[in-house]
Amino acid sequence: MSNNNLRKVDVIFSPYSVEPYDILKKVKQRKKEDVIQELIDSGLRGRGGAGFPTGLKWKFAAQQKSDQKYVICNADEGEPGTFKDRKLLVEVPRKVISGMAICAWAVGATKGFIYLRREYRYLIPELEKEIKLYDKYAKDIELDFTIEIFLGAGAYVCGEETALIESMEGKRGEPRNKPPYPIQEGYLGKPTTVNNVETLASATMVCRIGADEYKSLGTDDQHGSKLFSISGDSPKEGVHELELGMSVEDFANEFGDGDTKAVQVGGVAGFCIPRKQFKSSIIGEGNTTGGSTMIFNSTRSMYNVLHNYLDFYAEESCGQCTPCRIGTQQLLKGIEAVKAGTKPPEYLDQLSKLAETMRLTSKCGLGQSVTNSFSSIVKNFREEMIF
Amino acid sequence: MSEIIKLNIDGNEVSIEKGKSILDAAKKVNIRIPTLCHHEDLCVAGNCRICVVEQEGKNTLTPSCSTPAEEGMVINTSSPKVRMARKDLMALLVSEHDTQCLTCYRNTNCELQDLSAEYNVDNSIYLSPLKENFEIDRSSWSIEKDESKCIRCQRCVRTCAELQHVNALAVTGRGKDMRISTFMHLPMNEIVCTNCGQCIIHCPTAALTERRYYDEIWEAIDDPEKHVVINTAPSVRVALGEMLGYPVGTRVTGKMVTALKKMGFDSVLDTDFSADLTIMEEGTELLTRLKEALVDKKEVALPMITSCSPGWVKFIEHMYPEHLDHLSTCKSPQQMFGALTKTYYAEKKGLDPSKIVSVAGMPCAAKKYEANRPEMRDSGFQDVDAGLTTREIGHMIKQSGINFTELEDNDFDSIMGESSGAGVIFGATGGVMEAALRTAYFLITGRPVPFENLNITPVRGLKGIKEASVKFEDCLPEYSFLEGVEAKFAVAHGLINARQIMDQIVDGKSPYHFIEIMACPGGCIGGGGQPIPTNDEIRKKRIEAIYAEDMGKPVRMSHENPEITMIYKDFLKNPLGEKSHHLLHTKYRKRKRY
Repeated sequence: MSNNNLRKVDVIFSPYSVEPYDILKKVKQRKKEDVIQELIDSGLRGRGGAGFPTGLKWKFAAQQKSDQKYVICNADEGEPGTFKDRKLLVEVPRKVISGMAICAWAVGATKGFIYLRREYRYLIPELEKEIKLYDKYAKDIELDFTIEIFLGAGAYVCGEETALIESMEGKRGEPRNKPPYPIQEGYLGKPTTVNNVETLASATMVCRIGADEYKSLGTDDQHGSKLFSISGDSPKEGVHELELGMSVEDFANEFGDGDTKAVQVGGVAGFCIPRKQFKSSIIGEGNTTGGSTMIFNSTRSMYNVLHNYLDFYAEESCGQCTPCRIGTQQLLKGIEAVKAGTKPPEYLDQLSKLAETMRLTSKCGLGQSVTNSFSSIVKNFREEMIF
Repeated sequence: MSEIIKLNIDGNEVSIEKGKSILDAAKKVNIRIPTLCHHEDLCVAGNCRICVVEQEGKNTLTPSCSTPAEEGMVINTSSPKVRMARKDLMALLVSEHDTQCLTCYRNTNCELQDLSAEYNVDNSIYLSPLKENFEIDRSSWSIEKDESKCIRCQRCVRTCAELQHVNALAVTGRGKDMRISTFMHLPMNEIVCTNCGQCIIHCPTAALTERRYYDEIWEAIDDPEKHVVINTAPSVRVALGEMLGYPVGTRVTGKMVTALKKMGFDSVLDTDFSADLTIMEEGTELLTRLKEALVDKKEVALPMITSCSPGWVKFIEHMYPEHLDHLSTCKSPQQMFGALTKTYYAEKKGLDPSKIVSVAGMPCAAKKYEANRPEMRDSGFQDVDAGLTTREIGHMIKQSGINFTELEDNDFDSIMGESSGAGVIFGATGGVMEAALRTAYFLITGRPVPFENLNITPVRGLKGIKEASVKFEDCLPEYSFLEGVEAKFAVAHGLINARQIMDQIVDGKSPYHFIEIMACPGGCIGGGGQPIPTNDEIRKKRIEAIYAEDMGKPVRMSHENPEITMIYKDFLKNPLGEKSHHLLHTKYRKRKRY
């Protein structure tokens, strides 16, 4: 941990100094195990939010025996405050597609899908042009892997990989029971590797610069660089690529408006860091590496912020499991009751317990992570909840 | 043999086949883990989360129903964390539930209530009720849907999809708006629903119940002007005891008759009588069709399919409207009984049919709908005034203050109270087929069907689709056209199996001559009107009881039932005769698939 380590880097967004498909071509000449090992060594973790080590995921997928495997690029970017995947798909789509192809080659998949958020459908013409270009390239290097675009239908929960697969199969977008995991039984029951857009682009870059150089970025805990979607009370809203492992203090100093009261890290599924904890908090700790950072200044009511989150959750829970379906509604109505004075302030403690039950018992990450923002806001801004 | 793995549950070493769940493993060592969304008949959902357990090395709790047991797992099913979480989950479910237990139809027979009592749920923890102003959908003749009682376990949804392939009920909406609903939220009487009631017996609460008619029946009984007749179906007598203190599989025929008489029914008759009658009519119809096909070389619809199960009949009307000619034109035993009650029975007893109230005691929800079909008025009145489920009869007996277990046995009244063993086995899947074969083989060859004790075992049991064949040899002269013919039969129960049979027919690949189809898994003994719970273990015991009842009957073939001989002599004259045609046969209607 060190101070002032905020470093803007330019790995992911760097222009195509090397044609991504040339990286693919080079990769294809190596041994699959070596490429997967390089990814493991690089310390790259999934950039969608859950932070599972990418190399390990690929290794497990490669070990599966099946007549058909799939690779899915998860572009259902729905976490509130996140918009970096869109920028990647617009600016460096070849890095993403190349990442898909490297993944497919490494795990032995022949069919790939880009699961695109419906709101991003305007990207389809450009993406299709890129896929055509890729097809030509794949033919040249004799890579048997084709890519299709699949359009989501607007549910937040479909960003969860098993719900995403369910929706691709034409079913209700609801998370599945795990195990089996998608790398064991995914799309149409076949081994399926689902990776976030940024993860795939990063994988391409790891293959280009090598594990050592990639790993030299970041800290002992978090390796590499990462895109951050910065929004809220910031004069520098937008997507920025930063080296991992920075403190919230550095971050707020760089991107805040000088009056920053709290930073929400990792979207509504992440934590709300109050000013008093800026120094001791490292962005990305606790695996909330989705990259959404929302900055709130002193004019913001944290009650309204939390109310907004819970409203979102009560709406976007798929509703299948008890804790998430009813818990989100109880949390929402509960803070309203405390604010209205129909429940005593101590009721907030009961609600925090409920949030913990939700973490323990919910079926998927949605219900499990409600406690992150709920507890961090209620704990640090208790007065705002009551008065 | 599959691989055996070992795990530790609450300090017990458990060995179990790989692929089984933690819940299965716990059952093996008699550790009870509570469940709600789990049902033995259905696929795993893992959505209620009540069955969570603590797994060493994991920082969240593990659902035991949906998680496969793995080598070396260390599981704690009752740690403080687990208990707290379950209690909290129960409190959440209760906060979403209309807790008017005292006035609920499922009071004392509700899985949510049982668990709520177990965990002593504090209803004041959470804001409740979460939702108000639910309307109860009472549009269907058969099924009532009350959303305020729904815990969204989706057992009904899975039942309708997996067992019945009807998909009348589905999940709609998301998050706080998530609910179990119908196509376009249409009322239950406007959707493609077979009324089979399987959703009812799979519902853990009272979100889905049968539409009750017993208040009207009490009123009729209390009316001195009315002559109230009840006939009870074969599978009621082997299941009713479950509601009145008897173990599963107990036959309570005699006590049931006594109880119904004590309650004030003017006459207690046996649907098995009209089951025997069905065999005469349906058997003759089959032989006629075979003759037309083999001798007259006419285009007739074969295989012929039974029409006893109203859930099945509505299913084929919706799903295969182009193939209705395969259905036997015979009414179901219930409707034959109703039509005869207000004609033959009234005549014999010198009663005014307009004063007769005909009640059918059935294991079935669809029978309520069937009774109300507009075409079922061939007696000049509504043939069957009301259908009661086994459960409703159980409730009525309780309401009467009758000490059921102390009752003496009694016989059914006469006329239309006598039956053969063949009529009894209608209650089990394969029973209609077996009954038909016993009589048909005898009529064709003059000899009993060549199975030991007339027990045609290939058509018995819980396998989804069963097959049998019989070769006719040394036929009597009038059936010489069947000489050497090997007739093929199939039996299907559960509409998902019915669909397989029908798809074969659609493809022109059905090898059968005669098929029995029942809408409910296990046949009528597993009907939508039977006591709750119903699962395969319980179905098997009810089936055993049915066959035991059959073995105890002096007459085991329908055509030997003396009352059947009498009704043809005195009233109907011949099977498929003019009166039969008018009273005992019906037409079907094409319905839409949506």
